[in-house]
Amino acid sequence: MPQSLQVVDESHLHAGHAGARPEGETHFRVYIVSSAFKSKGRIDRHRVVHEILADELAGPVHALAIHASAPDEPTREPTRDPG
Amino acid sequence: MTAINEWIDGQVKANDVVLFMKGTPAFPQCGFSGQVVQILDYLGVTYSGINVLDSDDLREGIKTFSDWPTIPQLYVKGEFVGGADIIREMFQAGELQTHMAEKGVAKATAD
Repeated sequence: MPQSLQVVDESHLHAGHAGARPEGETHFRVYIVSSAFKSKGRIDRHRVVHEILADELAGPVHALAIHASAPDEPTREPTRDPG
Repeated sequence: MTAINEWIDGQVKANDVVLFMKGTPAFPQCGFSGQVVQILDYLGVTYSGINVLDSDDLREGIKTFSDWPTIPQLYVKGEFVGGADIIREMFQAGELQTHMAEKGVAKATAD
């Protein structure tokens, strides 16, 4: 179980551009803190999340921003997607 | 190896820095691709920007090639470095600059 998990639906920020659907739920940002990330590098952390969400990423989800940290690390600063 | 795999393999081996992106460095068509373009331009490295929107084969092929489901994707010296989040994190931590220097990536010559 992750120590914390926050999912932000940012689809409204991308309304009207390629990949966006009128019904939304296309662009997400995930903040996840888990001890499972402890000994993993950045690429492997993302791969863990990609694997779990493989069906969604192959289907309706167009973009997924991932902020993955281990419990003893400073939580990654939430940042805005400028575009 | 499929034809598209071979083509991608050739690109990442022929160029020190390759960015697979949506749109072109001059006209990115996605905010995430645009962020990585800005970082590479700021670092002043020479890179090849490849527009995956040019071909469905390429758009799907790069995902399989890297085993990475999203775009952009950055390669340095034939090695996958990451997508937009990872590149931004590395840049903010100063690690991307170090990585480029360690790999011997040349800076673009000033006009």
